[in-house]
Amino acid sequence: MRITKKPEVSRKEEIKIRTLSILFALITSGLFILILSHNPFEVFAGMADGALGNTHRLKSTIIKAIPLVITSLGISVAFKMKFWNIGGEGQILMGAYLATVVYRTFPDLGRPVMLLLMIIAAMIGGGLWALIPAFFRAKWRTNETIITLMMNYIALKWITYLQYSAWKDPNAMGFAKIAPYGDNALLPKLFGIHIGWVITLILIMIMHFFMNYSKMGYEIAVLGESENTANYAGINVPKTIITAVFISGALCGITGFVQATGVSGNLSVQLTAGVGFTAIITSWLSNLKVPVILVVSFLFAALVQGASYIQIAFGIPDAASTILQSLILFFVLGSEFFIRYRISFKKNK
Amino acid sequence: MNQIPALVAMSNISKRFGTILANDNVNFSVGAGEIHALLGENGAGKSTLMNMLSGVYTPDGGSIYINGEEVFFSSPRDSMYKGVGMIHQHFKLVEILSALENVLLGNEKTLFLNKKKKYDEIKELSEKFSLDIDLNKKVYEMSVGEKQNLEILKVLYRGAKILVLDEPTAVLTPQETEKLFRIMLKLKEEGCAVIFISHKMNEVMNISDKTTVLLKGRSVKTLNTKETNPAELTEIMVGYPVKLEIKRETYDHKEEVFRMENLSSSTNEGVQVLKNVSFSLYSGEILSIAGIAGSGQKELCEAIAGLYKVDSGSIKFKGEEMVGKTPKEIIKKGISMSFIPEDRLGMGLVASMDIVDNILLKQYQKKTGSFIDRKPSRVKAKEIVEKLEIKTPGINHPIKNLSGGNIQKVLLGRELDSNPELLITAYPVRGLDINTCYKIYDLLNQEKKKGVAILYIGEDLDALIELSDRIMVINSGEIMGIVNASETTKEEIGLMMLGEKK
Repeated sequence: MRITKKPEVSRKEEIKIRTLSILFALITSGLFILILSHNPFEVFAGMADGALGNTHRLKSTIIKAIPLVITSLGISVAFKMKFWNIGGEGQILMGAYLATVVYRTFPDLGRPVMLLLMIIAAMIGGGLWALIPAFFRAKWRTNETIITLMMNYIALKWITYLQYSAWKDPNAMGFAKIAPYGDNALLPKLFGIHIGWVITLILIMIMHFFMNYSKMGYEIAVLGESENTANYAGINVPKTIITAVFISGALCGITGFVQATGVSGNLSVQLTAGVGFTAIITSWLSNLKVPVILVVSFLFAALVQGASYIQIAFGIPDAASTILQSLILFFVLGSEFFIRYRISFKKNK
Repeated sequence: MNQIPALVAMSNISKRFGTILANDNVNFSVGAGEIHALLGENGAGKSTLMNMLSGVYTPDGGSIYINGEEVFFSSPRDSMYKGVGMIHQHFKLVEILSALENVLLGNEKTLFLNKKKKYDEIKELSEKFSLDIDLNKKVYEMSVGEKQNLEILKVLYRGAKILVLDEPTAVLTPQETEKLFRIMLKLKEEGCAVIFISHKMNEVMNISDKTTVLLKGRSVKTLNTKETNPAELTEIMVGYPVKLEIKRETYDHKEEVFRMENLSSSTNEGVQVLKNVSFSLYSGEILSIAGIAGSGQKELCEAIAGLYKVDSGSIKFKGEEMVGKTPKEIIKKGISMSFIPEDRLGMGLVASMDIVDNILLKQYQKKTGSFIDRKPSRVKAKEIVEKLEIKTPGINHPIKNLSGGNIQKVLLGRELDSNPELLITAYPVRGLDINTCYKIYDLLNQEKKKGVAILYIGEDLDALIELSDRIMVINSGEIMGIVNASETTKEEIGLMMLGEKK
């Protein structure tokens, strides 16, 4: 058996492989559902219904998609430069942390000023948290994958400390939680969803423009392809790394702000719900292309939402519904391999 | 056809990569005691053919016969057992092991080695083919020529009767080349079949018995080398008659634009790579640098472009000190540098981007503000594609899908377009076929006529002598001397490359 790289893949073949992968995913998960003695067609319909079936469900899906989109945007800026930022989790938490510092320092500000200051603080928090590994990388060529990953745990433990000790809410009847924000620090709603969705759409447009039409975005793309070329063209490499990574972290910080002020209403260790990692998958699946991120993240959120709906509707256990999610992801991600490589079997003579 | 079966015969070989038919019914055979040259432009299918002979690829159609028996290779190991030995352009040796260990590596089936016995055995073999190798020397201490000898010894020890040499002379000095030719003749005497891939016409004429020319994946013709001439071979190879000469342009208003004085540089580990380098460069002049690969050429170029740390000395461009300026400032002053690395991409071009975005690389900083404007680059891209006859499906096509020659044209086209006053170009014809080489020499001459000072770093000494006004020879980071191109010989330069001062 030999694995060879395909030289060039036509659009048609790509679509064919992707469609096949989804088909295989449905068949395999269908078999799995049969083992659980449910009707696969009903369950699949249930998943779609649970994710998009009515306004309420659609809203839940959108609310799940928002942090995914923003974080994917952030991660893809760094990935475009081949800076493997897997520290989204930590940057989200530190963004939310610094926003909360603003709230706790000036608790009586009016809502617009408060939210504005908080989002700026969140960007600085996430950005600076990402800058630490970027600085080490630019200065001493350390491996950013390890350092960004480790910084996640530092951030998590810091927030844990705040939640269980320093900032523990005395009025929470012994529960370890940080006091909720006042109304002046909660995101307003538009069409029944917190305005995080508006922020998301604005960010999509800004980032699309930034990546494709700004000098900085161009420099990031060149640098990602080849550091030598960037040097030869006179690009200031350390400066570009630092700026791009700051932007990456700042976007993750915005996720922290949106989740804290729009969803949970306070700072907590559960704030991220793993988006910092999930966004790595969605960024890759989107091929780091900004408009595609929106679509992929929404579909991903729909998958998660649908899977949690069937737990209730069909009494499928949580673990089983996670398996369904993983099966679908497994096939979708696996198709990437078949798009790039060909497997041929040869008899030895 | 021959009465005795040829030692190796490839008949009706086809190989397809995606949409490209790399080999189309190729016929090729070599007899024992024959040196057979394989000629062809880049992308004509020479490497593909040889890779099938050495088991790297499997043909889609056709058969390979060795000693009249059909063989099927599914790995390089299979072909090795059948007596095929390939000497690649980039040596496949373990640097920290000795010559002896490299020969034995991966070849012994017993658990323990009797090194003494093997030593004598291999020593004898190397003497038989007059391969000049100290078996106890570590590979990293060897010169390029020695490494090549070792590669040959390695395949001979494994029982190779068919030797494929892929552009073996590209990295050698003239003296080393002659030595290699003597070895090839020895191999021939011993009844080996030697397949010799080269771009250099005079070498092919010199050494080979027969020549097969490939054009666009097809074997056009096999000729007895004695009965042909370079002009005919070139014509078959390119498909139409071409003129093979470089016209040396003259430029009268010479004035000094560039002067380097006592420049020294060292690596981060403290190894000195440039030692007190001094030279000047005049407008309308082509100054070439000749030297064995890795003698400091790259560091010299990068030092001028502000990319390599300078320990001491000065670089003056039109009287202004350049040491200490950033690469961006130096580009703005009118110094352009293009360096073609061995893999062609990676320095100066972005493989996944299209021609427009690659041209943008030298354009976007000219515009103020933080946004980019692709319009001027698009216009320039069209101009360059047209002027340099770049073969591409369109200017919005990723350049990694273009052939090597076209990629180099994009790079050179962009650098020339920036209207530099000093053009540094390193290996611009690296790996290009004859026809494209001459087009690039022509382009450089046009720039020279405009009064541009050109620092040219090349490998092919024949071309260097024809093209340049003066030739500077570098050895281990030190200048061995500067000679007038019209008064020097290849032999003189070769000796200087090996470290003889003039």
